[in-house]
Amino acid sequence: MPNHGRRVIGAWIVLSVVATPLVAIFLGPELPPGHASQQASEQVFDNTVITSIVTPVIALLLVFFVYALMTFRKAPGGALVDGPPLRNDNTIQVLWVALTSVVVLFLAGFGTYELLQNGSGGGQGPSPIATPSGPKLQVQVIAQQWEFTYRYPSYGGVETSQLVLPENTEIELHVTSLDAIHSFWAYELGIKADANPGNDNIAFLKTKGPDTFKVHCAELCGLWHGYMFSNGRVVSSSQFAAWVKQQQQVYAAVQQYMPAYATTYFPDPQRRAG
Amino acid sequence: MSKLLGVAVFLAAAGVLIGFYVSKLTTDAGSPSYTVPVQTAGAHPVVDLTIETVAAVGPQLSPGHPDFVSYLIRDTTGKWRRDTVWRLPANATVHVTVYNFDGASGLRNPYLARPLGVDGNQEVVDGKPVSVINPDDASHTFAVPQLGLIVALPGVGDNAKNQCGYAPCPMSNAHRTITFTFHTGAKGHYRWQCFVPCAAGWIDGFGGPMQTIGYMDGFLDVV
Repeated sequence: MPNHGRRVIGAWIVLSVVATPLVAIFLGPELPPGHASQQASEQVFDNTVITSIVTPVIALLLVFFVYALMTFRKAPGGALVDGPPLRNDNTIQVLWVALTSVVVLFLAGFGTYELLQNGSGGGQGPSPIATPSGPKLQVQVIAQQWEFTYRYPSYGGVETSQLVLPENTEIELHVTSLDAIHSFWAYELGIKADANPGNDNIAFLKTKGPDTFKVHCAELCGLWHGYMFSNGRVVSSSQFAAWVKQQQQVYAAVQQYMPAYATTYFPDPQRRAG
Repeated sequence: MSKLLGVAVFLAAAGVLIGFYVSKLTTDAGSPSYTVPVQTAGAHPVVDLTIETVAAVGPQLSPGHPDFVSYLIRDTTGKWRRDTVWRLPANATVHVTVYNFDGASGLRNPYLARPLGVDGNQEVVDGKPVSVINPDDASHTFAVPQLGLIVALPGVGDNAKNQCGYAPCPMSNAHRTITFTFHTGAKGHYRWQCFVPCAAGWIDGFGGPMQTIGYMDGFLDVV
């Protein structure tokens, strides 16, 4: 009677030793969401770690299934007989519980550590606990049915319909909504933050070099939710300065009617139609 | 063997059906569209688009929802139609005339009170060019976000005499006339919408006709 356990473990170790480095080295850097921002790169690293850890787990399942299918299948023309009885094995049970606990606890600790560094690109509410140090450019994201607009408080509160950011800059995003619940999602930048009316949801972002990205709403928000997207750009500092100046000229006409910059807005819902 | 063949046939059939579905989804232009007549054909066609906005579309044009606020489009016979999917030529200059018979609701975001994406970044309100309207006076907007187009439409004053009840509204009823020009650009399927919470009686003014194609939303089929 061959020792099936040893065979399975042996094949699993060989497959894991080969596959795990391949996954970490070749597949990892290609994982989403890319490298358009520091947060995006960190998420690629996180995904690489998780995928590398899960590789031996998947390898064990594959080896077990393939081995079982090949070894315990009924031979053509042979009699259908029951397999050997299952027996309790304390060592395997202890090992199983211990190993899975170690993996789960490690991932929980790793995820928490990564999250606490700078928020990992997620909205942290009005009082973020993971705040990067150093100066930041504040940009407000205003969601409304069905478009995002953006205000730049350090440039006179100018509002624009396109998100443009300077390269290599720490950005402090303040995400809010004027009506329903939306979600600001800049996939390539690794940023996703809910936009709730009356709520200031803060997320941090460190841009890299010039790039383009897409902005989507990630919360079903009504008829045109699927069309609530736009393109954004990361540009050089000089291009950003020129763009802001141009936007300020466009904005001048409506400036007299704009409310002062605030972290949230409460449009009057009791208007005639409300 | 026969089981295997059955599974293969089933998977092949499922694949074909999924292929048909995806193909239809990617090529379907959506609701039937009204083809706006071209005034001047050629590489750079010119189109006149005449539309109106009404506070209540009326039982004649919408028996199911006579009280819905709505856009209407005027066809070549001068008849007002409740079609909001309009076919326009690509790279066209579109001269738009809007007759607004509705009162003001006010914009939730004042930033949208400034015309953008139109020639000269100006709209003409009752014969007078303006670069911005008072956001509180906005009755509706005509906005095509994918084209960067937004034009806020000022409403009829609350104390105006002879206001329109149900559409179609005769021109003798109180109204505002807004004109502007935009360009369609490349071929595409562009949605348009109103940004003013003008759906009376619905939560925050954004339900009902604001979320129903055929009233305050539609498409530009640019072909």
